[in-house]
Amino acid sequence: MPMFTPDEWQALRLSLEVAARSVLLSLPFAIAVAWLLARRRFLGRTLLDAAIHLPLVLPPVVVGYFLLLIFGTRGAVGAWLNEQFGLRLVFTTAGAALATAVMSFPLVVRAIRLSIENIDPGLEAAARTLGARAWDRFFSITLPLTLPGILAGVIVAFSASLGEFGAVITFVSNIPGETRTLPLALYTAIQTPDGDAAAVRIAALSVSLGLAGLLLSEWLARSVRRRFGS
Amino acid sequence: MLEFDCSLKRGDFSLEVAFSAPSPGVTALFGRSGAGKSTLVSLLSGLATPARGRIVLEGTVLLDTASGINVTAEDRAVGCVFQDARLFPHLDVRHNLEYGLRRIRGREAPIGFDLIVDLLGLAALLARRIRELSGGERQRVALGRALLAQPRLLLLDEPLASIDAERRDEVLPYFERLRDELRVPIVYVSHDFDEVLRLADHLVLLDRGRMIASGSVREMCLSEELHAIVGAGVAGTVLEGTVERIDSGARLATIRCGELALRIALTQLEIDSRVRLYVPADDVLIALEAPRQVSARNVLPVEITRLEVLNGSVLIHLAAAGTSLLARITHSAVRELDLAPGKRCFALVKAVAAQGRRFDRRPAAP
Repeated sequence: MPMFTPDEWQALRLSLEVAARSVLLSLPFAIAVAWLLARRRFLGRTLLDAAIHLPLVLPPVVVGYFLLLIFGTRGAVGAWLNEQFGLRLVFTTAGAALATAVMSFPLVVRAIRLSIENIDPGLEAAARTLGARAWDRFFSITLPLTLPGILAGVIVAFSASLGEFGAVITFVSNIPGETRTLPLALYTAIQTPDGDAAAVRIAALSVSLGLAGLLLSEWLARSVRRRFGS
Repeated sequence: MLEFDCSLKRGDFSLEVAFSAPSPGVTALFGRSGAGKSTLVSLLSGLATPARGRIVLEGTVLLDTASGINVTAEDRAVGCVFQDARLFPHLDVRHNLEYGLRRIRGREAPIGFDLIVDLLGLAALLARRIRELSGGERQRVALGRALLAQPRLLLLDEPLASIDAERRDEVLPYFERLRDELRVPIVYVSHDFDEVLRLADHLVLLDRGRMIASGSVREMCLSEELHAIVGAGVAGTVLEGTVERIDSGARLATIRCGELALRIALTQLEIDSRVRLYVPADDVLIALEAPRQVSARNVLPVEITRLEVLNGSVLIHLAAAGTSLLARITHSAVRELDLAPGKRCFALVKAVAAQGRRFDRRPAAP
């Protein structure tokens, strides 16, 4: 068991924090967008579908650059956020969470959307005839039945967020204790003379984290199957 | 009273149906597949809206496109039991049952949880998950769930179609019980004539999106439109009467239907209870003279009122002491016996015939 330095522990803690914040940030939007794409036909639906999939096909550096343009201190949204709420995203942990959220968004939407598409619309119709209005129906029928997809989406998003590199380093740079997550710490170690030992330790940490994520998702999927039994 | 008058067009299919159904009671919407039964169900429940239409239930306007009234499915209080049950898989039986009951929004709730659990025999199932239920159990739970939502109208959309024929008898008696014990008007959609005979009071006959005939089941059994759909082999007569006498030694019961008394094989009948029997046209023979020493327990003097030619055989409409009977015989028999309207003859009805088909028992009218 290699001994980790305080910097490495910090990178781990930061990675987990960024990933958690990223998932919390993207989940409500992802559920809303997934529901719209699965259940509604509207003008611009194809465009929306394409737009949220962009991060999958663009180089992450390009996404990071766009974020910088929009959410940078001089960007339209960034300036407004700073003025109204004193919220600065560039060079901050919050910014790192935003960058990873945007990158993992299509993965979450995809998992949740598949799950919603698998729900028999007849169940929602039955709920209507039993007196459940739209929001009531969503929370009592649609959302619980989407739970397997939401769990899958959360795990995928969390794992992807732990590993996001390009968009993070472009948008919020590589600041120890603020935005230096595990992949960024690994990159730094590789760039440092005599950093080989550190690089191996960080890589090992990443592998264990990934493995734990996979095992957890497998276990969750199994318990969900038990519960809903198909 | 349910008044329905709607028209709608969807691609090649057009529907234009108007009927009224007495309530309380069971009205069957009967027709082959493609007749428009499912469309009618979505229109009644409010899950679909017609281009033009008007639906009035017990004086309450549920839909009137002319004046812009359209009570939504959520507020219509039309309980639905679908062919595929549509139970919520993430809830257990108890929570499925309570789903509608929790959403009645201040309407009166005369149909209680315990009553339904008792009536439908659900006590042992309450804690079960949906996937552990058999097809018949699912339909019973779906029925209970719909009833607990305190519906003004209960809509049953082929509730037995997805259940094996042998298992239907596990569910049908429950439908009969709730029909007899709750006062909720029921619309029963089916393409199975046996079910209709067993449950319905009133029959609306549908074909290719049109209503082609409607009336009481007794009247409709004599209608040529129905015979054309169910086929001559299924034709027969529904008789309603009271158990007048029970002869346990001979194992026969005498049923009085107006002036006609019919002897049938004894089943579990109580004296003075009201019964409905079905006499298949295939089981009625015609004789020109009253036969002696014959096995048929009923020899009735009748008069021929009408001959109906139907796919190679002839349905003879008979008047027997103020009641109608149908007999199905061949063309050659018609020729040989020289049968024609106005002719007097004798109808032979086997006692087991009526019993062999389904039997209905209802509590005596108060």
